[in-house]
Amino acid sequence: MTAASLSAVVADESHEENPWARAWRRLKRRKGAMAGLVVVSLFVLLAFFAPLVAPYDPVATSWSAVRKAPSWAHWMGTDEVGRDILSRVIWGSRASLSAGLVSVGIALGVGVPLGLLAGYGGGWIDSVLSRIVDAMLAVPFLILAIALAAFLGPSLGNAMIAIGVTATPIFVRLTRGQTLAAKVEDYVEAARAVGNPHWRIALRHVLPNIVPPLLVQASLAIAGAIIAEAALSFLGLGQQPPAPSWGSMLNSAQRFIAQAPWMAFWPGFAIFFAVLAFNLLGDGLRDALDPRHR
Amino acid sequence: MTALLEVEGLAKHFAVRRGSFGLVSGHVRAVDGVDFHLAAGETLAIVGESGCGKSTVGRLVLRLIEPSAGRVRFEGEDLLPLSDSAMRARRRRMQLIFQDPYASLNPRMTVGAMLGEPLMLHGLAAKEGERRARVGELLTLVGLRPDHARHYPHEFSGGQRQRLAIARALAVEPKLIVADEPVSALDVSIQAQVINLMRALQQRFGLAYIFISHDLAVVKHIADRIAVMYLGKIVETATTDELFRNPRHPYTRALLAAVPLPDPTAQRERRLLEGDIPSALSPPGGCRFHTRCPFVRDACRRDEPQLADDGTAHATACPYWPEFPPAVQRGAGNDKDEDRVRLERLQAAFVSEQREAS
Repeated sequence: MTAASLSAVVADESHEENPWARAWRRLKRRKGAMAGLVVVSLFVLLAFFAPLVAPYDPVATSWSAVRKAPSWAHWMGTDEVGRDILSRVIWGSRASLSAGLVSVGIALGVGVPLGLLAGYGGGWIDSVLSRIVDAMLAVPFLILAIALAAFLGPSLGNAMIAIGVTATPIFVRLTRGQTLAAKVEDYVEAARAVGNPHWRIALRHVLPNIVPPLLVQASLAIAGAIIAEAALSFLGLGQQPPAPSWGSMLNSAQRFIAQAPWMAFWPGFAIFFAVLAFNLLGDGLRDALDPRHR
Repeated sequence: MTALLEVEGLAKHFAVRRGSFGLVSGHVRAVDGVDFHLAAGETLAIVGESGCGKSTVGRLVLRLIEPSAGRVRFEGEDLLPLSDSAMRARRRRMQLIFQDPYASLNPRMTVGAMLGEPLMLHGLAAKEGERRARVGELLTLVGLRPDHARHYPHEFSGGQRQRLAIARALAVEPKLIVADEPVSALDVSIQAQVINLMRALQQRFGLAYIFISHDLAVVKHIADRIAVMYLGKIVETATTDELFRNPRHPYTRALLAAVPLPDPTAQRERRLLEGDIPSALSPPGGCRFHTRCPFVRDACRRDEPQLADDGTAHATACPYWPEFPPAVQRGAGNDKDEDRVRLERLQAAFVSEQREAS
């Protein structure tokens, strides 16, 4: 065949797209995932521009406005020391989102290299790592996070580390499994045949092919981390008062649940929406990146 | 002629583990003592049923699988004692083409990155611009266009993908290419194109091929010599013409009988093999073929025959072959090479298409 007839066989030139562009196109078609993406972006913007968006100082108390119901002055009401709940929910999104991102970042940063090492290297390293992962996964997620956070001492930073470490074994196991599947592919053997060293095969040939499931797991893990951060803050192991966090707001609200239900409602609502949005996004990504639905 | 590649006593035994303690319960003797040699620019075909160990031989030669025993000498140098990094440097001289072009190309790498990688690894084109030029050259060489470098593998058809795999193998200017069933995953009409391309490249660059296949019709078209494998051993080896004209080993005869003849006047023994290939976990004693051999006798179950050369470079691992009836009887006045007809027809179509297009 000549060049001209060959190029005709190649998929329509104008339609040339890499795998990521295709995944994005497929993601856009999913309403749930797009709703999740919009809500996530909204929370990210709120967190980023909190000083500009929040109508009040989130820690400023006002004894003349204690436990006021929602009004034009305080859209979401005020809490037991007269702080504006809307401002605290907005600032609280910083604690929640950064806890989600940082702890999942820790889990990815530690879990993916270990998983690659276990899956690609195999042998005794794999056995040792896999047993440790099994042991960690045998303990319920929150219990382990609480134990670690209590051990490290109460602070938002320590809570993030505790959640990150607790979320790591899932990523080790996922990366290991995906690596085991990818390393027997012909293209990995082909990479060896052209003379790639092992580290390069693991990073350049295996890793890019296992990113999609990791991305899905990461977005779902962020949702889990947000709940975990709220739980730790609720227990006093996360964000320390008076700095705002959805979890600690819920904690102080529980004492006034009958008199001032709005104190519990809004932070609960925020947690619910943030978690739902990340889950929707994760599910959408799973479908969009699944090679079986081409 | 000095050999480019000499293989002696090559063997691979895979340990079979059972139970939770990983105790070795046996060995699969996938390749069990194989000898052959290959000159520069020559094509040796290794044929046999699936499971006979032919693909393993290809990977053992390239040391993509570590051999259990034997020697592989490439350009006079024994490859097996080499360290990992020394072996990586030798990979420049020997390359591999896979059966399935849909699995052998990394789906997340552009064609340009894929072809540029071996150049970078072996320091063949240090600068970005040089590399791009060489990638374009390689694509042209296999009948694609330089601007295909921007594309991802999924945008190409099966035949084009196999051309890309060939381009990747050629990138490092190797002397030896192991082609593992390179056309069996392709459409018959595409097979001829790829085989023609491989032959053209062989002539141009003096490549030696180890061509692994189960399809004798394809092999006949490209191989200088053929080695027939059965259950991890070579049972017969000869030049291609000789093997097709005078198959000696009962297994070779059975394989040839399975190749359809387009000429109704040609008669070939229609004795197809019965039963499956025995398990390599516990190969039969004596001659490994005795469980399926139509000419089996008592001694076959006892003594393991050796591959014996009769002085004409036609070696057979069956001492009784002179007593068998002739394998092929041709119709009168028909000298045409029947098995080539199919590929020739395809090629004719291919050539006329090429003329039309240009």
